[in-house]
Formats: sequence, structure tokens, C-alpha cells
Amino acid sequence: MAEAQSIPAGGAVAVAAESTVATRMSAPPSFDVADFPVPHGREEEWRFTPLERLRGLHDGTAVADGSVKAEIVAPDGVTVETVGRDDPRVGRAGKPADRVAAQAFSAFEKATVVTVPAEAVPAEPVRVSLHGEGGVTYGHTVFDIGRFAEVVLILDHTGDTVRAANVEFQVGEGAKLTVVSVQDWADTAVHCSQHNALVGRDATFKSVVVTFGGDVVRLHPRVSYAGPGGEAELYGLYFTDNGQHQEHRLLVDHSAANCRSNVAYKGALQGARARAVWIGDVLIRAAATGTDTYELNRNLVLTDGARVDSVPNLEIETGEIVGAGHASATGRFEDEQLFYLMARGIPAEEARRLVVRGFFAELVQQIGVPDVEERLIARLEAELAESIA
Amino acid sequence: MATLEIHDLHVSVDGEGGPKEILRGVDLTVKQGETHAIMGPNGSGKSTLAYSLAGHPKYTITGGTVTLDGEDVLDMSVDERARAGVFLAMQYPVEVPGVSVSNFLRTSATAIRGEAPRLRTWVKEVKETMQRLEMDPSFAERNVNEGFSGGEKKRHEILQLELLKPKIAILDETDSGLDIDALRIVSEGVNRVRDSGEVGTLLITHYTRILRYIKPDHVHVFAGGRIVESGGPELADKLEAEGYEQYTKGGVS
Repeated sequence: MAEAQSIPAGGAVAVAAESTVATRMSAPPSFDVADFPVPHGREEEWRFTPLERLRGLHDGTAVADGSVKAEIVAPDGVTVETVGRDDPRVGRAGKPADRVAAQAFSAFEKATVVTVPAEAVPAEPVRVSLHGEGGVTYGHTVFDIGRFAEVVLILDHTGDTVRAANVEFQVGEGAKLTVVSVQDWADTAVHCSQHNALVGRDATFKSVVVTFGGDVVRLHPRVSYAGPGGEAELYGLYFTDNGQHQEHRLLVDHSAANCRSNVAYKGALQGARARAVWIGDVLIRAAATGTDTYELNRNLVLTDGARVDSVPNLEIETGEIVGAGHASATGRFEDEQLFYLMARGIPAEEARRLVVRGFFAELVQQIGVPDVEERLIARLEAELAESIA
Repeated sequence: MATLEIHDLHVSVDGEGGPKEILRGVDLTVKQGETHAIMGPNGSGKSTLAYSLAGHPKYTITGGTVTLDGEDVLDMSVDERARAGVFLAMQYPVEVPGVSVSNFLRTSATAIRGEAPRLRTWVKEVKETMQRLEMDPSFAERNVNEGFSGGEKKRHEILQLELLKPKIAILDETDSGLDIDALRIVSEGVNRVRDSGEVGTLLITHYTRILRYIKPDHVHVFAGGRIVESGGPELADKLEAEGYEQYTKGGVS
């Protein structure tokens, strides 16, 4: 059953807050922004977020005056459409869970629908690149993955924008979808996005979320199951610099029997005002017998003053499950570690690299797309070089 | 022949109410092939000497010199000292999360040797050294010192000593926390390195029991932040019989 571990951080750098109830939000999910009161910051889902830095996404004052340049590279057989709000495929994977996601849903004009037909197995990934060109933008994207299709999807976010979006992954029966979402924004960008995955019967959904950039990034990767036998693997990696706020709020809603989920997020923080938040909610409903779930969050604090809030939470309504657990730990890269490695001849810079690379290695390997892995490693090195300089 | 020369070394640490002098004029010369035991009561400054030689930032050198073959050790950074051939086997080795022992050893050997060891011979070298220290092969896949028992930590230190082949090995209370079997295994490891004749060993200890396994050429009594008496192995026997009381009573500390 539930087990919680918390390894002391050796200082006041990390806070494992009290568990909260997954469903205890200030309003139930809804497509209508009017159903959500404007947050004041003390709500459970907003208490870690710097509202004043959301640039009005949360209170209705952010007018869509910006643009993003979108490039989609779709292999043969994969179709890309621009559709209206009334398209039946829009909104199937889940409702907005908070005010900003609902704002995005209420504000977008055209949605993008990317369809991978049933049984298609494209040899190349589908690549979606969004480059912010300033101003406020709202977005809605649907990825419709047909029955027994197998595909890799790479979502790349660069440039500068204040953006709220919803992204849907509708994973058909027996399909296999791997999504890599890279948030490599400019330092001024604000990005709030809800990822809704609806995992079909016996389907496999794997998500790798990589967050480097942005002033504020607040993501909600959410998974629910359309039938039994589904599998979800949610991996995440974040590198939070001085002044950045990076928040990942996950929900796995086990509503069907015999489904599995595995969550592993790891973050490194550097700089006195680096701030990361990880919320891992898992809900096992009464009907979800045979569920097997585990979630893990690890943080590595590289410098003094950075702060992480890590809140794993498990709500179980049936005892007829295979397993359920979670773990959260935050540790520091300390002067003593640096001394130990240097006392073995390893230069300071390399010592730090060694520790961070080792920390992220198993997650980087999960990506399975060589050019993305390489870019990621290069980006990690660059982040570290910055911290040393 | 490598020689470590410590001359009139004064070291202080920052404490409440200002810096506190711990080492008060240490003089010692350690030559390659020699083994010196430094023995003394708790709080006499033995470990401070060890960490100061390795360059721990907590300690401030306020006077004196340390040279290795004439090179100024005190002017070197921690990693430069290690690459110059100074090795400190620590009393409390530090956990390094996310870094496996095998990755750590290889990175360290690459830094010390100046080039990456050839993979095939390296793997064999590590495996054989681990076998001699009676370490399970799975050990290499664990994170450095994470969840290691006291004995495992010390074996891991000696594993590094054997692989890195320093000119000067400083062993800080390597015997502490070891049961009799582990003490034997660890001591055998140290002796293998000593038998090469290429290392000068500075063995820092509170107890004489490790000297049954590692025979010193010179024994120094450390009290009040300096060496107060030096002699041959017979001095250890005297300490065993009489303790440190005569050195601590006379107001030297």
C-alpha cells in the first residue's frame, strides 16, 4: 500500500508538504472559464504558484495579442487539420482542471488536430515545434491516435510568449504513443498547459516532459483510462535556474480495471531563487481493481536557497489492487560531495557534471529519440556551465 | 623518490568567537616507501592534519609549508593535490547520489592518470581489486557511498587507494568502525599498496590494533596540535601500555 519516504535534505532547502486530496480543487473540471473563480493564491492548486507572474492568464486580463510560429513535420499517412471549436474531437480527453486551462479553452479560435490513422506505424516521429514570437497566445491541440497505431511525438517549445494551452492525447485501443514535450522557452516566457491523455483499452501512453526554460512553466500532465489494460508511463526532467518557477502537477485517474501507471520525475535546481513544485496525485477509484501504480519524485538542489515543494498523494477507493506506492526525496549537492570528488582528482566543474548527469541518466535513456537525447544532454551541460560561470 | 615535507604547519578553523588554532607547528617528512603512524587522543588535531593536507576548505593555513618533491602543495586546489599524488582515505566518506561507483572510479582514474584507462584492462583491474577486498561485483553499480555500511565505505576507500596508486597515502582512522575481519581485509589492501614501495603512508589512528596488521617504520605521538614525540614501532607498544595520559596532562593541549 502507500508508502512515503522523505530523505532529509540537510537544510531548509526542501519542503515536503502535507498530502492533499486529489479531488480537493476549488472547482470541478469544466470547459467554461466562468465556472472557476479568479484565484487569490491560497487555493490548494494555486498556493505554490506566483500568480503575479502569470501576466493575467489567471484573471481574464491576458488578451490574445501575440503569436507563435508553428511547424509540424508529419510523416506520410499522418494528417494535420485546423478545425473549429465545435469539432467533435475537441475536448474528448478531459476537461480543463483549473481557471487558466479553462481560460485557454474559452479563448482559442482554431484547434489543430493531428491524426495518426489506425494501425499506422510511422518510422519517423511527428514533430511539432512552437516558437513564441511575443505576446499572449492560447492554443488547443488534439492528437488522435488510431487503434493499434504506434508513434512518437515530439513537442518543442522555444521563443517567448505568454501561453495557456490544452493538449489532448486520444490514444486508441492497443495503440502505443510516446510523447516528448520539451519546454525550452526563453527566460521571459510564461507557459501553462494541461496535457490530457485518454488511454484506450490495452493502449500504452508514455510521456516524457522536459522543462528547462521559461519564467513560469506550469504543466498538468493528466491521464485517465477509457478501458481496462491501459498503461501509462510519465517521466519528467526539469532543470530550474535562478528566478525560474517550474511546476509540474500530475494526476493519474485510475477509473478502469487492470491498468498500470508509473511516474518518475526528477529535477535539479540552481540559484537562490530557483523554485520547483511537483504534485503527484494518483486516484484509484472503486472500479479500478487490479491497478498497479507507483510514483516517484527526486530533486537535487545544487546551490543554497533554491526551494522545492514535492507532494505525492495517493487516494485509494479499493483494496483490490496489485500495488500502489510513492516516494519523494530531495537532496543537496554539497560542498562535502564536491570535496570528496575533487580529492580524487576530479576538477570541480566535472564533479558537478558527473553528479547531475548521473542523476538524470535513467530518465534521459527513457526518451529513446537519439537527437532529442543529444540535445538534452547538451542543454544540461550548458545549464551547468552557466552555474559554474 | 617522492617526499612530502611538512614544516611548522599552523592551521585554524572558524568557530564561534573567531578562528581557533588546531595545528600548532607540525613538522614531518614522509618519504616514498615509508610508513608513519600518527597516534593521538581525540581532539588532538590528527584529522585536521589529514584534511588540511588534502585541502579541505574548512581549514585555514595560517603558517608553515607543505611540499611534495619541492612543489608547494598548499598552493594547489584539492583536485590538483590529488593529481599530484596525495590521497586521503577519509574517515567519513561522503555519499554522492546519482553517481555509480564504476563511473566514479573511472572518472577519477582518468583524472589522476591524465588519460582514460583502456576499457578492457580497466574492467579487469577493478574486478580483481574488488575481489581481493572481498567486495561483491554488484557494488560497482551502487551509488558512491549511498547506503554503504561502515565496512563497505572503508573498503571502497582502499579500493580507490589501490587503483589510484598515489605517492602519498593519508589514511584517516581507516580502522574505526571495522570489525576484525574487515580490519584484516582493509589492512591487506593497504599492505599491497605499501609493498609496491612506491607510496609513503601516513596512518592516522587512535588505537594500536591496526598496527598489528600494518607495521609502521615510524610512530609519532600527536597532542595539542603538534607532534610531541617520535620513535620507532616500540613507541606504539608504549602507548598501548600507558595510554596518552602523559602527553595530555602536561598542558600541551
